[in-house]
Amino acid sequence: MSRADNSADASPAPPSYLELRDLRIHFPTDDGLVKSVDGLSFRLDRGKTLGIVGESGSGKSVTSLGILGLHNRRNARVSGEIWLDGEELVTAPPDAVRALRGKKMAMIFQDPLSAMHPYYTVGNQIIEAYRIHNKVTKAVARKHAVDMLGRVGIPQPDRRVDDYPHEFSGGMRQRAMIAMALSCDPELLIADEPTTALDVTVQAQILDLMRDLQREFDSALIIITHDLGVVAELSDDILVMYGGACIEYGSTDDIFYRPEHPYTWGLLSSMPRLDREPTERLLPIKGTPPSLINVPPGCVFSPRCPYADRTGDRAATEVPELLETRAGHGGHGGHGGHMVRCHMPPAERRSLWENDVKPMLETT
Amino acid sequence: MSAEPLLSVTDLSKHFPVTKGLLKRQVGAVKAVDGVSFDVMQGETLGVVGESGCGKTTTGRLITRLLEPSGGTVVFEGQDITHMSQKRLRPLRRDMQMIFQDPYSSLNPRHTVGTIVGAPFHIQGIKTEHGVKRAVQDILALVGLNPEHYNRYPHEFSGGQRQRIGIARTLALKPRLIIADEPVSALDVSIQAQVVNLLADLQEELGLTYVVIAHDLSVVRHISDRVAVMYLGKIVEIGRRKSLYTAPLHPYTNALLSAVPIPDPRGRSERERIRLQGDVPSPLNPPPACRFHTRCWKAQDVCKTVEPVLAERADGHQVACHFPENAPAVPDGVPEPTAG
Repeated sequence: MSRADNSADASPAPPSYLELRDLRIHFPTDDGLVKSVDGLSFRLDRGKTLGIVGESGSGKSVTSLGILGLHNRRNARVSGEIWLDGEELVTAPPDAVRALRGKKMAMIFQDPLSAMHPYYTVGNQIIEAYRIHNKVTKAVARKHAVDMLGRVGIPQPDRRVDDYPHEFSGGMRQRAMIAMALSCDPELLIADEPTTALDVTVQAQILDLMRDLQREFDSALIIITHDLGVVAELSDDILVMYGGACIEYGSTDDIFYRPEHPYTWGLLSSMPRLDREPTERLLPIKGTPPSLINVPPGCVFSPRCPYADRTGDRAATEVPELLETRAGHGGHGGHGGHMVRCHMPPAERRSLWENDVKPMLETT
Repeated sequence: MSAEPLLSVTDLSKHFPVTKGLLKRQVGAVKAVDGVSFDVMQGETLGVVGESGCGKTTTGRLITRLLEPSGGTVVFEGQDITHMSQKRLRPLRRDMQMIFQDPYSSLNPRHTVGTIVGAPFHIQGIKTEHGVKRAVQDILALVGLNPEHYNRYPHEFSGGQRQRIGIARTLALKPRLIIADEPVSALDVSIQAQVVNLLADLQEELGLTYVVIAHDLSVVRHISDRVAVMYLGKIVEIGRRKSLYTAPLHPYTNALLSAVPIPDPRGRSERERIRLQGDVPSPLNPPPACRFHTRCWKAQDVCKTVEPVLAERADGHQVACHFPENAPAVPDGVPEPTAG
């Protein structure tokens, strides 16, 4: 994880709409330093979708809050660079970030019941956000709120605009939150587990809605989830996080059809799939995700990795670098290609995937 | 498999009264479970799926008598336990245990693992050969926990380990039937697989019978022998896993299955999906007759007036629908469904 893999230290504004360079978010606590995000870099263009996949504690939500500048600067140590449309956000004054938040970048949270204020009507909450960023009268803002609610598929929006969040069902609340996030036409939309709290038929509706709205607004979308099915539906690129760092990053096809990191293999094999014949047993990853206070030395995944002994001592002593294993083949979100953080040589990883892992996923 | 079912549920219902005013006048009832019948054979796993509010959790709680049924019967090991007193029920509880969804709230934070897993022995007054501590440690080892963690508290464990503690407590008295209410939904994907495999191993080792209540269709397919699909308090379809997943009869089952995101990006653009409109209606005032007709694209007038009964359409595969899908013999003269 040297800083040398950042091409430019002088860091001019990048060509991509959003670019993270070596983002680190650390929290000093009484028990030690929690490295929630430790050296994360990615790029995202408008109109593209990036899926961030990881288990709880892998740092995916902290990343999204970091981009939006929602950390308490007194207890979080943020370093690295976040470039949004030519502006750097980590060093920007809080007021400047606040002006962007809601306007240029917006977030859809996991649990709409706790993310919305129970005391204000849904309409008031949308109107408030809209009026902060646009100098319009209440009546205009209200009409806009009704439009937005209608746009996200809420029936009778002119009546429902005066309802309180508890009067909405779970799926409608999530729609209202999407309406709120989209009210100022944000160019970057971050959805943190947007469908986890929803039933499967409602989840399908919300995923459809997000896909349609993204096309309509041509926004850059980051979707954070633990559900590989959801990212397969929506993403152009996928970033797999583990223990606060990116361990694999590539196009959706790379991750699903040519994954090279043992953790990604583990994720793919541990979930039961409806599109394949049922297997006798699932193939779980042994052990549990690491504590971020006490990160294992060397490769973070090595204590759980079935192939850790193949690289001898390096697994436990040396942190592997995130290296390009296959050059970019154009067309995908503008990133450099398929990146993997693993000590095993690329040829060995590919042969393991082709001969050991892939056959196990497809048969039995 | 013996002919006598281990658990037999007939026409089970639970209506929660809705009261209003100072005098608590009853103004209505939430029909959380409304006439549910099924059998569970020794050694099999029955999966119960459905969306939130369909009554699947209530069904589990009625079977274990954590709730008092409003109607119907529950027969366990040949005894009618529907309205049995708690005192008479206690010896039977040994044979019927429950695994809860949330491993954080279902373990007492002030008790050590030893106390939690040992509690069933004390409550049931069971004498163990080498003392309770030894028995508890054996069970901890069985579920893949370190027996030396006997004196630790729940907060010292991760979510997956806590769920194992919950399973250990369930297994303490060697039950025959386990009702598992969303046993893995609070866990991470990689941990989920560990717990699913553990449940399968324990079933094989101890000859357990499971009723698994879950909303995740792929997990249910993985662990169940038979699957029941619930919608608004009723079973709309029940059948063997294979026939239910490959040839679902009820439109609702079909819609549920097609709504599951598939982790295969290549087919995403061509995939045909059935999109249900709207949300599940309130169980306070469910639609008349077929409860699914408000969201069903095949609904005809008859669906709004005549309630379909659960009838066998294929081998061991029952469905409650007037116009089932994939059915071998569809009555003639049914117009093509218009997409809705």
